[in-house]
Amino acid sequence: MSTAELIGTDPGWISLVKGFLIFIVCVLATLMSVWGERRIVARMQQRVGPNRVGPFGLIQALADGVKLALKEDLIPKAADRIVFVMAPIISATTCFMSFAVIPLSGKVTLFGHKTVMQLTDIPVGVLYVLAITSIGVYGIVLAGWSSGSTYPLLGGLRSSAQVISYEVAMGLSLVAVFIYSGSMSTADIVAAQDKWWFCVTLFPSFVIYAISMVGETNRAPFDLAEAEGELVGGFHTEYSSLKFALFFLAEYVNIMAVSALATTLFLGGYHALPGLGFTESWLGGWFTVLWFLVKVIFFFFVFVWLRGTLPRLRYDQFMKFGWKVLIPVSLLWIMVVATLRVLSQQGASRSAVIGFTFGVALLVLAGSSLMESAKNRRAREDALGEVSIPSFPVPAMPSKSYEIRMEELND
Amino acid sequence: MINFALEVGPTATPEAVMFWILAPIAVAAAAGMIFAKKAVHSALLLAWVMITLAIFYIAQDALFLGIVQIVVYTGAVMMLFLFILMLVGVDSSDSLVENIRGLRPASIVAAVGLGGLLVSLIGRATLGTDVVGLSAANSGGNVQGIAEELFTKYVWAFEVVSALLITAALGAMVLAHSSVIKSRTAQRDQSIARFRGASLANAAGLPSSGVFSRHNAVDVPALLPDGTPAPTSISKTLEARGDMLSSKPFELEEKEAEED
Repeated sequence: MSTAELIGTDPGWISLVKGFLIFIVCVLATLMSVWGERRIVARMQQRVGPNRVGPFGLIQALADGVKLALKEDLIPKAADRIVFVMAPIISATTCFMSFAVIPLSGKVTLFGHKTVMQLTDIPVGVLYVLAITSIGVYGIVLAGWSSGSTYPLLGGLRSSAQVISYEVAMGLSLVAVFIYSGSMSTADIVAAQDKWWFCVTLFPSFVIYAISMVGETNRAPFDLAEAEGELVGGFHTEYSSLKFALFFLAEYVNIMAVSALATTLFLGGYHALPGLGFTESWLGGWFTVLWFLVKVIFFFFVFVWLRGTLPRLRYDQFMKFGWKVLIPVSLLWIMVVATLRVLSQQGASRSAVIGFTFGVALLVLAGSSLMESAKNRRAREDALGEVSIPSFPVPAMPSKSYEIRMEELND
Repeated sequence: MINFALEVGPTATPEAVMFWILAPIAVAAAAGMIFAKKAVHSALLLAWVMITLAIFYIAQDALFLGIVQIVVYTGAVMMLFLFILMLVGVDSSDSLVENIRGLRPASIVAAVGLGGLLVSLIGRATLGTDVVGLSAANSGGNVQGIAEELFTKYVWAFEVVSALLITAALGAMVLAHSSVIKSRTAQRDQSIARFRGASLANAAGLPSSGVFSRHNAVDVPALLPDGTPAPTSISKTLEARGDMLSSKPFELEEKEAEED
């Protein structure tokens, strides 16, 4: 029985239980990941991080949440009240919705009912996630606009441009996955990876997705929409209390959602690591949930690692990178993948496929070395142009004064 | 009400319930879009209408179309609209001044024409007939069915439309293009200019705003050592808007200075 059919037999109350479980897991994951992020970043910066509230500071995030809820809820006078209140609600509701199509486990028994931990399986599951994300952006954009203040407006504008640009790259990186799995349903994509994970066979797609998912979630080094050094808090500058908490929640659940999608599409979903397939039947199949969580936590760690390592990009560099590097590269890669797919489907000989791959690799190498040499030449020309005597007085260089003294000695 | 919906077509009861909940909201949102005073409110209501349409598509077994409707229209097109509208600002309403001559009669003609077209189309709709061929069309899967139609039967139309869209995109780029008269001053150029200028006074950046320990805000100019306000310490935008406060009340008084 396929996953879709298995889910189709669920009675209504099982779906309700699943939905409730997903919600609980997301909220708990947010609390834990806020704590985790602060601890990991602290370690990277030679600090200890929150360690006061609860054992190892575990419930620090909960305490912060309670504090936020008790703060005064301000609405600026210049704000558009309805939209101002609506924006955090849009952000916080849409972020949970993408989890509906993510397969969290293999076949399990829930209250005596055989099912999978996936709320629903639709033939266009991945597109559904993209659609939900694109609605989620409305929250950020509207928050920026409705605050009636300059910094949030700039943050909202940046964010809308950013998410649209990076959603194009993200969508293109998914095309190769669709071509190879022959489906857009998340369950089928996981099933198609039982031998090789797509992060190996479709490595360029994986890299492009991984970059664009950071751009899509407004996280460092792409957190230009809330760049604290330039825009105070960006789109949420004017928000306080629970409304701010909702944005906070949405940001972390979104990170979880893109990580879960990356796991599903490229890391084999709930499947065990290669060679550990026997663990998948442990605990009546529930052990697969653990594998899924391990992979999601891995992505989350990378998110934190990036934040701890990379400085923020400048806005124009960021857009240039999206439009002039990511999108063309993914278009070329789709062409290569599609050609390979057609070659293998029409039964081309192995040597033809290898020859084609080799030719593409050669072309890429030639192109990149040409670009590199052009860049070096330009850098050299720039350096030559820079050497000119400055027009304002500067102290003599030490080597020059030394020369003069040598001349005096010679005299 | 539900019986009526059942008579209309092969719609099952849950779908009818959904229809009678969502349809009035969609119609109200569409009406609101026309009557809303702020452009952004109109755009939002339109986005809502598009989302309800997508839900209707999905309920009619056109899953792919529904999702794509959200991705493309709500996610990309409406977002670009909002992007432009946001620049208008939060407290501005539509101006009713006619900028282009003859705009009003032309728009009335266009509105009447479009209305006539819509009425004639809706008038041709038939009620009470059974839907034919839906299961046959979706037999190989909804996505596969659309793909097959698009890339076999309608491939010519599809390519023509894509060529049209590319032409439009190119046209927009040509129209928006302006030749560069002088090279853009980048961060590096600005940095060089600061040090090579006549005075090195601003080499370390402009003075920051506010009178320390008295009023540390962006709208109050800083005080120079001689007690005069520093005009470069606040943003030109704030000055032009008239949002600038005087730093006079925050100056130290003579008497205090003497006591010190």
